Amino acid sequence: MMDPIETLKTLSEHRTDQVVVSTMVALRVWSLVSKRPELDLPLVGCMGKASSLGLGVALARPDRQVWIIDGDGSLLMNLGSLVTIGNLSPPNLIHFVYNNSVYETTGGQPVPGAGRTDFVGLARAAGYLQAFRFDDLETLSLRLPKVLKLPGPTLVDLHVGRATALGPLPPARRTAEALRTVKAALSP
Amino acid sequence: MGLHAAKVLETLKAMGITHIVWLPDSETGFLYEAITADGSVKLVPVCREGEALAVAAGLWVGGAKPLVLIQNTGLFESGDSIRGLGLDVGLPVVMVIGYRGWLGGRPMTDSAGIYTEPILKAWGINYYLVETDHDLPKILAAQDEALKTSRPVAVLIGQEYEK
Repeated sequence: MMDPIETLKTLSEHRTDQVVVSTMVALRVWSLVSKRPELDLPLVGCMGKASSLGLGVALARPDRQVWIIDGDGSLLMNLGSLVTIGNLSPPNLIHFVYNNSVYETTGGQPVPGAGRTDFVGLARAAGYLQAFRFDDLETLSLRLPKVLKLPGPTLVDLHVGRATALGPLPPARRTAEALRTVKAALSP
Repeated sequence: MGLHAAKVLETLKAMGITHIVWLPDSETGFLYEAITADGSVKLVPVCREGEALAVAAGLWVGGAKPLVLIQNTGLFESGDSIRGLGLDVGLPVVMVIGYRGWLGGRPMTDSAGIYTEPILKAWGINYYLVETDHDLPKILAAQDEALKTSRPVAVLIGQEYEK
């Protein structure tokens, strides 16, 4: 089990110009460590749709890597999106799963299949070209640079514990603002 | 006069649509054939309609010009996406919706048809009814409205497409 802040910090250290879609509790951890907020798309509410939103950006901008920082509960809500992504196979899409086994936003109730669902297996079966699981920070730091260079779609299942600190929960309008900020940043 | 798939596609191309985010309904078979045969507009097939508005929002962020093509049952399925990634974010997108149950203005018996317009009205989503090729300029009007108002606008397809 990895510390959530250290885990996302590791991701942030390897981020250059990727668009990052994050959601639910992961977005509140990501906001603490992100160094390029102008390329961040925090999806406040609309649970489950981060993977679909990220897919759209990846399809429109094949020249740009898109990261999705999904939750396990969120992905369970939109599991079909694994097949949608596997079928369209955008090579520039990396789908991280912030897997804490609970609905942290609502107080920590276990998600269905907590500790048993194999997201790596689901992703592979759905057509992702790569799928990895990490539950140790040292291994993640060591292997992440190579994982990020592989042609996707790639799923990276990150086994994290409960967050010890969270950024503020942004208002819903933050998503609308971020969509426009990122759209402007991406326009030629 | 019917509603011809080739004419619909011509209209979508004239609108500059780059991607059609799509899940087939019982009325869009010929349109699918026309889009795939033509090849200039990309089809983005989704597994459930709830994905469609979210994918469209991402495409829009990336500079593409998406259109959503689903059935009214899929509109019901998409509720939270339309709320969160359509209305709340002000997404200027046209949703072309197969109007299952529509009987040309006669009383409907299919609940899919019965609830369609009341639900669009409840969300404050404006809509246009398209039944023949003659109505196709309404899709262009819907796009203009979506862009001017920064909101999703619906087009209800009240007729099966012909070849």
